[in-house]
Amino acid sequence: MKRETSNVKREASNVKREASKEEDNVRDVSIIGIGQTKVGEHWEKSLRELAVESLQVAMADAGIEEADALYVGNMLGGEFAKQEHLGTLIADFAGLRGAEAFRVEAACCSGAAALRQGYLAVASGLHDIVVVTGVEKMTDALGCITAAGLALAADGDYEASQGLSLVAVHALLMRRYMYEYGAANADFAMFAVNAHRNAVGNPHAMFRQPISRDAFEKARMVADPINLLDSAPVADGAATVVLCPAGRAREFNEQSIRVTASAVATDSVALHDRRDPLFLESAYLSAQRAYRQAGVGPADIDVFELHDAFTIMSALSLEACGFARRGEGFKLAQNGDISLEGPIPICTMGGLKARGNPVGATGVYQVVEVVEQLRGQAGPNQVKGPRLGMAQNIGGSGATAITHILAVPN
Amino acid sequence: MDMPRHWRLKDQRYNLVGTECLSCGAKQFPPRPVCPDCHSKEVQPLTFSGQGEVYSYSTVFQAPLGYEEFIPYTVALVKLKEGPLVTAQLTDVDNDEVRIGMKIEMVTRKLREYGEDGVIVYGYKFRPIGWY
Repeated sequence: MKRETSNVKREASNVKREASKEEDNVRDVSIIGIGQTKVGEHWEKSLRELAVESLQVAMADAGIEEADALYVGNMLGGEFAKQEHLGTLIADFAGLRGAEAFRVEAACCSGAAALRQGYLAVASGLHDIVVVTGVEKMTDALGCITAAGLALAADGDYEASQGLSLVAVHALLMRRYMYEYGAANADFAMFAVNAHRNAVGNPHAMFRQPISRDAFEKARMVADPINLLDSAPVADGAATVVLCPAGRAREFNEQSIRVTASAVATDSVALHDRRDPLFLESAYLSAQRAYRQAGVGPADIDVFELHDAFTIMSALSLEACGFARRGEGFKLAQNGDISLEGPIPICTMGGLKARGNPVGATGVYQVVEVVEQLRGQAGPNQVKGPRLGMAQNIGGSGATAITHILAVPN
Repeated sequence: MDMPRHWRLKDQRYNLVGTECLSCGAKQFPPRPVCPDCHSKEVQPLTFSGQGEVYSYSTVFQAPLGYEEFIPYTVALVKLKEGPLVTAQLTDVDNDEVRIGMKIEMVTRKLREYGEDGVIVYGYKFRPIGWY
């Protein structure tokens, strides 16, 4: 708790500096186009085809044919799809040869990291039209190879080399949480049930069928106490957003959405190196910075796409972002607060759990889904009249957290 | 095969060598050049006792490549007597008998093999105290 307190203090002293910095130097940024492929097992499509498909949809949505830059969020292209150098490859195949392009990596939050990069490029005034694509192609590889690759999001020398999968690292977190707060496995069921219920209405989701509480309780263990239905599935997919300065948004799209906050924070990569393993300090810090930038608090957020790679992460994110007290995040699932009609709808299009988790693409999918909600294009999953949406993408077991807040422009 | 990568870790893997901060006294495993608590660079090597207890645990049923032979195996966050947490496998224990708070000690065991022509990687695992 000692470090938490000192970081909290440091945050407070940053308030003024950051506020003035923003007013003085940076431009407001808008999202003027979105695109996504269906998430799933795309045996017939390669990584580049998926990326280009989502990119073409987003560029058509924005009405653009050229861009200043393309940033690609991807975690394991080399391991899973046998391809690195993704920025240039995808730029070329999408018809953007010549543009600035490179890949951004931050494990499971590579997608949001690419968006952060795009935000910085536009906000700084260095670029006007920036395309951000998140893509991951995972299903070509065997399960044990996928598990070994994903484990690289943890500490390679001191976690993965001991035989821990990324699931196992989260299982250690979940076991201790259950021990400290007296929660049972079944208490997390409604996170998965809610995600699957919402995925039914999302044509891009991987699992468009509801699951029952009973099915959750009978699901086989992957790394106990985490069972198959606690866990988001690996998948293929790509999602894209197009950014421009807010002042130019109307030139491209009548339904532009403003990015009112973009914030990244880090903790230790290894779970064992955290001062307090049950508190997601990176999520807390990035959410606090985002709230401050946007001038809002958790009570103002109408939809929240959180990082439900495992049900325990939903509980911990809700706590870290100020929606629940410590040790009480799991209760929000039980009493229906997280449903589409509840005070804090989460995973409104299925979340990582049921939309699917193409890791490096996930952060961009989350933002695309918030844009759909804010535009009123979420179909049967439409939350009533949302004005503010938040997306939080987390790398590893809480090592990196990236929070974006989006708003309907006034 | 990344043999040098495993060889470089021999002090940590065989002897649990970490660091101690000379400025604030914080103890770290694995070793670090900068104290994460007070940011001092005045650190010295410290060999941990290898005694500790289970802080959290999980039995793994789907293993990453290279660890399939151990399924099902139990991994743990081990709270060392000196303070830090270490991530390691448990050994010489029935998976069903592991509990938070169980007293354990470090032993050296095979972590994995790299096939017929490859090396065998050894390192720390933990077993219940008084097992033998």
